[in-house]
Order: sequence, then structure tokens, then C-alpha cells
Amino acid sequence: MSDVTQAFHRSQMIPAREPPRSQRGAWKWMHENLFSSIGNGVITVVTIAIVLYIVTLSLPWFLHSVWNAKSLTECRTIIHATWGENAGGACWAVIHQNWNLYVFGFYPIAQYWRPTLAFVLLLVALMPILFSHMPRKMIWFSAVYPALAYWLIWGGTFWIAVTIMLGFVAGWLALRVATRLANAPLGVAAAVLAAVLWWLFAAGPVASGLQHLVPIRLPFVASDKLGGFLLAFIVGMCAIGFSLPMGILLSLGRRSDMPLIKTTSVVFIEFIRGVPLITLLFTASFLLAYFLPPGTTFDLVLRVIIMVTLFSAAYIAEVIRGGLAAIPRGQFEAADALGLTYWQAQRLIIMPQALKISIPGIVSTFIGLFKDTTLVIIVGLLDPLMGITNAVRASTLWNGIYWEPYIFSGVIFFIFCFGMSRYSMYLEGKLKTDHR
Amino acid sequence: MKTSVFLAGLAVAGLAAAAASASTLSDVQKRGVLNCGVNTGLVGFGAPDANGHWTGFDVAMCRAVAAAVLGDSSKIKFVPTSGETRFTALQSGEIDMLARNSTWTFKRENDLKLTFVGVNYYDGQGFMVKKSLGVSSAKELGGATICVQTGTTTELNLADYFKQHNMQYTPISIKNDAEGKQQFLAGACDAYTTDASGLAALRATFEKPADYVILPEIISKEPLGPVVRQGDEQWASIVRWTLYALIEAEELGVTSKNLEELSKGTKNPELNRLLGSEDNLGGMIGLDKLWAKRAIAAGGNYGEIFEANIGTSTPIGLARGLNAQWNKGGLMYAIPFH
Repeated sequence: MSDVTQAFHRSQMIPAREPPRSQRGAWKWMHENLFSSIGNGVITVVTIAIVLYIVTLSLPWFLHSVWNAKSLTECRTIIHATWGENAGGACWAVIHQNWNLYVFGFYPIAQYWRPTLAFVLLLVALMPILFSHMPRKMIWFSAVYPALAYWLIWGGTFWIAVTIMLGFVAGWLALRVATRLANAPLGVAAAVLAAVLWWLFAAGPVASGLQHLVPIRLPFVASDKLGGFLLAFIVGMCAIGFSLPMGILLSLGRRSDMPLIKTTSVVFIEFIRGVPLITLLFTASFLLAYFLPPGTTFDLVLRVIIMVTLFSAAYIAEVIRGGLAAIPRGQFEAADALGLTYWQAQRLIIMPQALKISIPGIVSTFIGLFKDTTLVIIVGLLDPLMGITNAVRASTLWNGIYWEPYIFSGVIFFIFCFGMSRYSMYLEGKLKTDHR
Repeated sequence: MKTSVFLAGLAVAGLAAAAASASTLSDVQKRGVLNCGVNTGLVGFGAPDANGHWTGFDVAMCRAVAAAVLGDSSKIKFVPTSGETRFTALQSGEIDMLARNSTWTFKRENDLKLTFVGVNYYDGQGFMVKKSLGVSSAKELGGATICVQTGTTTELNLADYFKQHNMQYTPISIKNDAEGKQQFLAGACDAYTTDASGLAALRATFEKPADYVILPEIISKEPLGPVVRQGDEQWASIVRWTLYALIEAEELGVTSKNLEELSKGTKNPELNRLLGSEDNLGGMIGLDKLWAKRAIAAGGNYGEIFEANIGTSTPIGLARGLNAQWNKGGLMYAIPFH
């Protein structure tokens, strides 16, 4: 048979056909990601049902938002008039009407420019710390910023802020002189002593003297006028700023060979970490009054800042100790071999690596700390989440409002915490030098 | 002085050598400010407005004391306290007096070493239910789930009441009125229990108040009043008699409108003693003659304070009830000013 010669030969390529529907586009994606197995399919269906349920419940509420009203009753009237008798809706007017309360607490209205300016300057002061390509000279502004912010927010004479900063200068001078005359540990002791002595005895008189010569002052604003996000920011930023250096020292202290320093650090860290923040705040607020002589006023916000700082410093110390533990022994030995002193080694070799490793831990501690500032309600300070909301609700105009203030505070906190988180990822990426 | 709060704080922590306090009165006068503990926010009883100005039924009590002691009802620092911290704040000296709808009980007075100087509001615990539940008496609440605030006397009263009537219930703990309202409206509990004044105020904020009923039973006595520390009888007297001065003023018909005129002297010796045109009652508690006049001038007499903050003309709309004067069917009975 000559059938073989009639074998089929294709003389031209057939055009490429589209892949089957299950292997392309949305179907493929869904098949791979949503319905890859029976179990996944069930989970997908259930999840979609839940999401739809929540959206159908809450979407009308969000759509029926009222932004301008004088009271909850007015809000409800508007909602009923616009969307029908049984419609429910969000009354964002409560935030609109109490905006100042949420942002500034009871800060005097005529002085709002002060915390606003302090906030803007905070951003400027943070720039050289957060981003390395800013002019290095700006770091000097960051260094004096705390005293400046204190003066702007609390007011009083400008010179008190100056003399506070001069205390650091006095300490630095003492450090230089004593280190040259004697040795380094003595220098540190002299620096601390000089600064404390300056603050205790010289700062007050010098400030009032300068005030007489060149009067620069702002009206004094008492701490109980602070509230809302202003308070959360003051407590959060102070605690973040002070707890990082303190945590670094504590973590070094815990790894130190000197028994006294090691024991002190361990006891401090373990004690603070073992106690809830609320207990510390409670102690700061009420127990201190038992120990201090009667009639002494020790600013409550200051007490709270100190306690929150100590609390966060203990956590930071442990996070950084984790970073220190991750550094190979060879790095320490190399520093020793180069003849670096302890502090030089820490500054140039150990800490840059340890801090880099600890960034995620440090930032999550800071985020936790920032959110924990809402706990100050326990000692009667008006935090934005509960304190101000309580006060707003207690007025007959807004009594009965529930979700809106929580959602508002939640969104604001989310923005800042998410910002911190993104920055930490940026920083990690920038400092990534290994080739893993 | 104020300029160096921070430094003063540091200095004080370092070398504390201030003189021991003689008495609360002299402390307050030296300080020039009365530290008064109030609620962090309770409708009608105490809350700051958007400008930080505090108003309310309990707040008015603080203002009256500040006026009597310092001559100015605005020389006052309001310290917001929570249910958990209020008594500690008082004991530690953080506040001089507490006016925060606190119930006077045996244990609080004797175990916590506090002095309740009197009663400025007689309250009682009640129940609110949905009308559709078809319940008309608290005795029909057997087996119900009930929303109740933690850390208050209401919890205890509720347990006592159900035990007494051999009924079972499931408590749902809530933290404050706002949360309680949300749980109750969402149907998480069949009944909501708190002080009757609170129930009325809460129901007024509902979108459809008519759908809810407050049951007739009042299951507890809740005498609310200002509190001071034990151990300073003079200060307790000052706060106690300021309260009585406000109540007495209502009984005698002294209002903020006729106060000036009446204080020039009248035929009624009791009234004259109260307002200082006769005798010197103020001197006996370390104040001057006109202390009660200033206290009344701060916010009016007891009845005026009641009407302005929680009375029937306000959205809270509480009737006087037990809090009417004794000769009008209530329990408000000022001790004579002799």
C-alpha cells in the first residue's frame, strides 16, 4: 500500500490559539488564588459573604453622613428628612463641631498658633534625624527643639527654655574639663553633677534675671488645659525621644561586666516590664502624692511623661539587647584589635549594626507606645479616644453618639502609626548593606 | 512662679522640704485654688463644654464650696476622675473634695476612711427594657440578660435583688453608659440597669424613646453626695454646711435673684444667720460671715441648681421626686442654722 506517502504533513503553522478560559485572565487568577482546592473555595465564598454582609450593614450608614449640624437631634432630623424615616446615618458633625476639642483639648483659643507652630517645627526638627540627605547643620535645631517646644506649649518666660539647654552645655563643659584632668568615668559623673546643680540652683535665678533684662514671655498655659491629640502627641513624642537613648544605655548596662550597673539595669528592666503601664500611671498620679511632701505640685503631665518614658525604655532596652546579641563576636574582637575604647567601639562599630537589626522591634515599640498614650484617661487626663469623647458625649447636644468619635480617633491613630511603620521599612531598605 | 513648673518639679523631687500641711482649708487658701474631683463626663452632673468650662449638678457643688472658701467660684481646678480612681485621688490629696455622683455606703465611709458630708441627690437603681419584651415589672426579669456597669454599687444591688427574689440572670459587664446604650440597643441584653436618673437621661438620647420603658421598681437606695477625707473635721464641716446652705436657701426662698436684697437683713432670724447679717456662723468653720451668701450666689439655691442642670426644663428632664424639699414630699432636709 502506498498509503504511507499520503501521510499528513502540515505545511504551515496554525495560528496560536488563546489558552482555554480556565488558563487565562481573571479565571486563571481566581482559579489559582481563590478556588485552588475545595477548602480554599469554601473559605473564599464564606469570606465574600462576610464582607458583603458588613458592607451592606455599614455602607448606608456611611453614605447617609451628615457633616453640618449643631446637635445629634439635628443630625437625626436631617437624616430622616433626607433618607427616610427609618434611615440611620453617620453624624460626622460631632467631629466638625468639636474639632478644636479633639485637636487641642482646652488650650486657650487665642494661643492655638503655639502648639501648631510647635508641631510644624517638630517636623523640621525631625527632618535631619529621619532623612540623611538633609543639611547636617539642621541637627543643631533638632537639639534645641525640645526646650523650644516646651516654651511654646507651656509658655512663661523664654529664658527658662534657654537655661534648661544651658544645663546640657554646663554638663558638656564639665565632661571635657574633668576628662582632661582625671579619667572618663569621673568626667561623666562631673557632667551629671554639673548639669543637675545648674538646673537646681542656677537655672531659676538666671532665667528670672535675664527676663528682667530682656523680657520675652508667652502667657502661661497650665497642664490641665492640654488634651486631645495635642496631649497624645506631647506624651508620645517626649517618650519616644527620651526612651531611645535611655533604652540604649540600659541595654549596654545589662551586658556590662560591672556588677552594680548590670544589677541596676536588670532590676530596672525586669521591674518595669513586669508591671502594666496602667499601674505605673496610677502610681505616678496618686502614690507619688503620698511620698512627696504635702502641698507640693509636681506637674501631672510631666509625671505621666516620665512614667511612659521609663516604661518604653525598658522595652527598647530589650529590643536593642536582641540586636546586640545578633552581632558576631568577631565584630567586638575586631574593635578591640583596632585599639578602640569601649565607647568608640560602641559608637562606630557595635551600635550602628545593633540598631539596624533592631529597627522593626524599636518601631513597633514606638507604635505601641503612641497608642498607649490613650491610657492616660486613667489618671484623669483627657486623651483623644476616651477622655475627649466622654466629655463630648456628656454634653446634652451630643449625648447618645457612639461610633463616630471612635472611628475618627482610630483613623488618626492609624495614619500616624502606619506612617511610622512605612518609615521603618524605608529605613531598613536604605540601611540594607548585606547581599542576602 | 508658674514659669518654672518643670524646674520646681525637679527641685521638689530632689530636695523636698516643704512645711507639713496644717489643714485642708489653709492649704486651699494658700493655693488659691480648690481641687475638685468630678466625673470625666456625665450628662447633667458634670462635664466640660467645648471651651473647657465645666458645668453640671455636681460641678455646681464644687463651685459653691470654692465661692464660700475662696470668694470666687472660678478659682477651681476640676480633676476628672474615673470610677476606679476617684477615692484614691481623694485619699492621696490630689483633690480636696469629690463631687462625682458617688453613693454613700457603710463600707466606703468606714473601710475607705472617707466622709460623705451629706446627700445632694437621692437616686435609686432601676431597669429599662424594650417595650416589645412585654415586661411590666422587674420581678418578671427571671432568666434575663442584663447590662450592668462594673466597679459600681449597681452590680452588687443587682446580685442582691435577684438572689432575694430567687431569680437567675446573666450579667453583661459594660464600662460606661455609652457602651451600655450601644449593647442594649443592639439587643445584647434584655434589660439595662443603672441609677434611675441615668436611665432617664439615657432614654432621652434614643432615637425612639417611646419604644423603651423604665420599670417601676427601684431596687436600691443610692444617696449620692460630696465626699472628703476623714481626719479634717473643719473641712468636712465647710463642705457639709455649704451643701446645707444651698438646701436651706431653697426652703427659705432665697434665690440668686433676691439674694442681695435679703442679705441686707430680714425679719427671719434663721435667714439672717444664714446670709450673715446676724450672728457669725462662718467664723465657727474658719470662714467669714458671708460664706453662705457667696455659695448661693455661685449658682443659686439647691432648687435652682437642680432645674438648671437636670430639671424638667433640660433635655434630661428629671422630676424632683425624692429630691424635693421635705415639706414638699421629698427628702431634702437641711439641718437648722442655729
